Amino acid sequence: MRVRLESLTYFSECIMALIELKDVSKTYDLGEVKVHALLPTTLNIDKGEYVALLGPSGSGKSTLMNTLGCLDRPTTGSYLLDGVEVATMSRNARAKIRNQHLGFVFQNFNLLARTSALENVELPLMYGAAISGRSRHAKARKVLEMVGLGDRLDHHPGQLSGGQQQRVAIARSLVNSPSILMGDEPTGNLDSKTSREIIEMFKKLNEEQQITIILVTHDLNVARHARRILVLRDGAIVTDTTSFDEAFKSLNSLESESD
Amino acid sequence: MSILLTMSVAVRALLRNKMRAALTVLGIVIGIGAVTTMVSIGTSAGQLVQNELQSIGTNFIFIQTAVRKRGGVQSAGNPTLTIGDAEAIGTECQSVLAASPLIGTGGIPVVRGNNNMQPNDLHGVGADYLRVRNWQLEAGAFFAERDINSASTVCIVGHTVVRDLFQTENPLGKTIRIRNIPFTIIGVLQAKGASLGGQDQDSVLLMPFTTVKKRLYGSSFDDVHAIFVAAKSPERMRECVSELHQLLMDRHGIAPGQRPDFQVQGSDEIASILGTITGIMTGLLASIAGISLLVGGVGIMNIMLVSVTERTREIGIRMAVGARGRDILIQFLIESIVLSCFGGVIGIALGVGASVGITKIINSITPGADWPVIVSIPAAITALVFAAFVGMVFGLYPAWRASRLDPIDALRYE
Repeated sequence: MRVRLESLTYFSECIMALIELKDVSKTYDLGEVKVHALLPTTLNIDKGEYVALLGPSGSGKSTLMNTLGCLDRPTTGSYLLDGVEVATMSRNARAKIRNQHLGFVFQNFNLLARTSALENVELPLMYGAAISGRSRHAKARKVLEMVGLGDRLDHHPGQLSGGQQQRVAIARSLVNSPSILMGDEPTGNLDSKTSREIIEMFKKLNEEQQITIILVTHDLNVARHARRILVLRDGAIVTDTTSFDEAFKSLNSLESESD
Repeated sequence: MSILLTMSVAVRALLRNKMRAALTVLGIVIGIGAVTTMVSIGTSAGQLVQNELQSIGTNFIFIQTAVRKRGGVQSAGNPTLTIGDAEAIGTECQSVLAASPLIGTGGIPVVRGNNNMQPNDLHGVGADYLRVRNWQLEAGAFFAERDINSASTVCIVGHTVVRDLFQTENPLGKTIRIRNIPFTIIGVLQAKGASLGGQDQDSVLLMPFTTVKKRLYGSSFDDVHAIFVAAKSPERMRECVSELHQLLMDRHGIAPGQRPDFQVQGSDEIASILGTITGIMTGLLASIAGISLLVGGVGIMNIMLVSVTERTREIGIRMAVGARGRDILIQFLIESIVLSCFGGVIGIALGVGASVGITKIINSITPGADWPVIVSIPAAITALVFAAFVGMVFGLYPAWRASRLDPIDALRYE
């Protein structure tokens, strides 16, 4: 049975979290060895949260992120997104969820080369419900203006600075009004000044538009702004806290252990 | 994603790599160009044959001694047709308009003063010959029954004979000598040009068949080489052929079911045989050209595979923002179809140019040749449809590969 997400929104707001992971795990079968990238994990994230995933490389944070982002399918467990089971969905159904409910921002921006900022932002609209070219342009322009690039519509990524490129990527992730914005090291390729601008933008989106934000990061400055921090290690969440200091301590203890 | 939008995305992707697109398309251009050219030239040859047959006449029937085969060796037997057969055909057959016997010879020099020439054909014919052949005189008159009965030393000449012996002089009433016998020229034939085989049909000299027999060969036998017949109308060809067959069977005393010692062939039959031959030739040429189209298709597949690998990250991005496998499949499929259709259009233009050019070259280097310039529109359309088909078939595998990519791997691809 296919359940429409929209019809469940009201229901979910009353009784469920936006994201409900139950015993979700991911195992990569490499023939001789099985790699447990993510151990069975149970996790709830509510609407409007601002979550940072911290942890050393190989800790499973990217796997968790890809699973949350419906890019990957968990090996076991159940993943309810807005009350709808995603873990068993087909490729096409997951593509639709990504298009309608999720926005992605990547470390290396992942914009289409030699394609204007406007067209890059229009991309998600092309794969959604059919709309006219004019309203597509209008929507994309509005979001680009919102991120402060109203005067760079026709510039190609190569003609934009890193910060500007990341803002195009953010505009692209927002154009379909998603409920969740996911960032994979969104400030990883930016200098500290532009990083602060991007962080500020995430914060504003979270506070003013109640967009749920989930970021994977190494950057403690990014994590500091999150209202909830999950620290991962060896495929498991070891700390789940709202206090940055606690997360910081947990992270340090991990590092001292490995030294 | 709508098809129109996908198409514009595909076209823009191709425009980003103009040089590569152009080189990829080259194979298809050559393939489609070759097919169009070959089919056009083939059609032109077919048309040439039809024109030629038209000049023979659509109601023309040719009777000759049966060709006998023994162990794969063909030999013309002793002549079995007689002057009596020719006369009987002219008088007894309902569907016959006119008939004429033919005694063919050649290689005999014709002399006028210090000039001499050898006409290709020296034919002894009946008084109705021109009616049968659907041929006219340009000047003078043809010989009559009375000349046949008396084996008169008169003759009708073709244009080439006039040119070689008289240049610009009027040949009518002049005398020429054949085997030392003086002949009076009483008529000049209209020019006919080269035959299918490229033979000059105007290098001809006609005289009464009795004259050839008695005066040139000194023979008293009444056998003839062939009988030319014209049916009353093209519609009555079949009827006429069977009537002739029946008459000759009776006259030659051959029981029904036995092998006849003669052969009756209508021009419609010749037309269909020649039509089949040119059709086979055209098909053969087109299929050879088709192979180059196939090679072009493989070229497209190759480049599309490279393109998919090169644009793995783009595919990942599109998938991350919600493109389904199908969207990616269609995008790449349309790209290869657009590519090959574009090549097809250029190929058709090239093929049209080449077929016009080749026809003109044939006409200019072969004297007397007059190949019609034909551009086969059905061939062009078929070629274009085929090009789209090639694009689809050879684009399918790369597009399918693209659509099966895993979004995470694709995004991580460097």
